[in-house]
Amino acid sequence: MRLAHHLAVASDAIRGDCVEATEFPDLAQRYSVMAVPKTVVNETLSFEGALPEGQFVEQVLRAASGDGGGT
Amino acid sequence: MGILTDRDRAAVTDELAKLAGPVRLLVFGQQLGPGAEYSVETERLVREVAECSDKVSVEVFNLHIDREQAERYAIDRTPAIVVEGERDYGIRFFGIPAGYEFTNLIDAMQVVASGEPKLSPETLERVRGLTTPIHIQVFTTPT
Repeated sequence: MRLAHHLAVASDAIRGDCVEATEFPDLAQRYSVMAVPKTVVNETLSFEGALPEGQFVEQVLRAASGDGGGT
Repeated sequence: MGILTDRDRAAVTDELAKLAGPVRLLVFGQQLGPGAEYSVETERLVREVAECSDKVSVEVFNLHIDREQAERYAIDRTPAIVVEGERDYGIRFFGIPAGYEFTNLIDAMQVVASGEPKLSPETLERVRGLTTPIHIQVFTTPT
């Protein structure tokens, strides 16, 4: 979560939401959240688990480039 | 009886003493309907945090009444917290930031206060000049 927020500060194009999954079951269902943390980027790309900074940024930028793989 | 214990308060006070600038916590809630109790808890928690530092201010909005603010901050569900520094950097918490997320709330306050993300030079270089809007949602649970 920390990375998403720091990236939001680093770039005006990035918004970082922390979502408490049990309070928003509709969202958890929509994005098939089975384990946490689960990160969803631009509705198109998602990954589970806490990634190191380099890999996290890699995934985020993949979504920005329109590559929706990695779900 | 507050949500934060005396020990929590002391720890938060220590952490917030490091704030490099002012922080605004905007809480969006609702008083009716399912989940209204989460809004009440969130507002209480945020107010208790704000009491730990002179640099922190709190504003509370009702999602259904303060529609202009909700739209401005793109809030469509409650409870929500916008963590704002000199400007809105795009940091949101949806749901009560309890447990591990509480640590992230404090961290978010510190980073908006300074405006200086703690990221590697490589990361900063990679996201510089990014123009495509990116919405990152991280799902968590309180434990």
